[in-house]
Amino acid sequence: MMRDLIIIIFTAMLVNNYVLVRFLGICPFLGVSKKLHSAVGMGLAVTFVMLLATAATWPIQTYLLTAFRLEYLQTIVFILIIAALVQLVEIILKRHIPALHRSLGIYLPLITTNCAVLGVAKNNISEGYATFIEAMANALGCGLGFLLAMVLFAGVRMRIETAKPPKCFEGMPITLISASIVALAFYGFAGVIDNMFL
Amino acid sequence: MLDAILPAAVCVAGIGLICAVILVVAARFMAVREKSREKELRACLPGVNCGACGYPGCDGYAAALAEKTEKRTNLCIPGGDGVSEKISQVLGVEFQDTVEQVAVIHCCGDCEHAAKKADYSGIQTCSGAKMLYGGEHACTYGCLGKGDCAAICPYDAIYMEKGIAHVHAPKCVGCGLCVKTCPNKIITLMPDIKREVIACSNREKGAVARKKCTNACIACGKCEKICPTGAITIEENLARIDYDKCTSCGKCGQVCPVGCILSENHSGRHRFPEE
Repeated sequence: MMRDLIIIIFTAMLVNNYVLVRFLGICPFLGVSKKLHSAVGMGLAVTFVMLLATAATWPIQTYLLTAFRLEYLQTIVFILIIAALVQLVEIILKRHIPALHRSLGIYLPLITTNCAVLGVAKNNISEGYATFIEAMANALGCGLGFLLAMVLFAGVRMRIETAKPPKCFEGMPITLISASIVALAFYGFAGVIDNMFL
Repeated sequence: MLDAILPAAVCVAGIGLICAVILVVAARFMAVREKSREKELRACLPGVNCGACGYPGCDGYAAALAEKTEKRTNLCIPGGDGVSEKISQVLGVEFQDTVEQVAVIHCCGDCEHAAKKADYSGIQTCSGAKMLYGGEHACTYGCLGKGDCAAICPYDAIYMEKGIAHVHAPKCVGCGLCVKTCPNKIITLMPDIKREVIACSNREKGAVARKKCTNACIACGKCEKICPTGAITIEENLARIDYDKCTSCGKCGQVCPVGCILSENHSGRHRFPEE
């Protein structure tokens, strides 16, 4: 059981990394990775929201949509729920944990219906995680993977800032090129996990 | 047909309604009461976020005023009396006069008067030039002439002419961003009702300074002697004006042999109605 969960977490984090392998959530990945500090903030916020979204959407899918054979409503219902949830969390944080709200606050509205978050919620269903715990483990892995990608890429971007690429590559082009190289590096993880915990 | 649409519509509408109710309840009971006073105060401030008040931006000053940790309403230099008055109205306290200030540049060693020791062709910023043997001028105290101050000025009040920076006083609000930026610290803020400025920062002995720049203060002490109120003192081979004592009579400027005491009207933006 424990081993299964660890495999799920590491698979989601490294092999199926949402940003670098599945190319979901590219917008915050490129937008907020300029500084390490904000990259960490964004990564933590995304992890947090992914966990919350899974906690809310998995039961709804299982006990409402599947039970009433309304699976085709999945996307629209998930968007609705995640958006409402993030708003609710923001209100609660603002009231009860102002410090956390200040550090996550600006990122929360940005990821209300971020495609990585929606992707986690949908993949939890389509990849067929049998139990709620497994779905949560997957969400945690995805979130940590996002955080890892953000932090790694923030480091890469700091190097890019001081490098001097050819004029035509300056700015976004060189950023995209380096993102693709980092993504290539992550393909190296394919097949590693299965053998790691044997 | 209806059997297919109805459950779906009911389901989505139901979930939407539940979410809406939860959010409304949360907003009603959990919401932090937006500090309306802070917002009101923030609206009074100009929003330049220059930090002249000593707080991190206008939001910080407004928050400090709202929480009563800050009693002084006259800290906003760019806003001047107008903002101080508005703030005191919001807070219901007595109006405090703001000392309007303008930035002045303590260097008049333009390219006709200051000797050059080298040609600098590196990064075209003052901080860059300063790093390489203190800049291209022989005098390492004066204006570096690369316009860091002009670049940071949010009001376009600083312009570069003949290789040194000048303040166009009618545009200056006295926010002090240039003061913090100048690597040689030759810009200061002064009360904009005074006229006299020592336009030199060189602290070397007279003869040395004179060789490097014909406009440099040679610390002859003539201004110190003639000043009727004793506002001028010579410290470290450089004349200094105490603006609390200065009456802007203009006598020092007339006797200065090198012409580094400028007497100009420095009335900043505060003195002019909003354009």
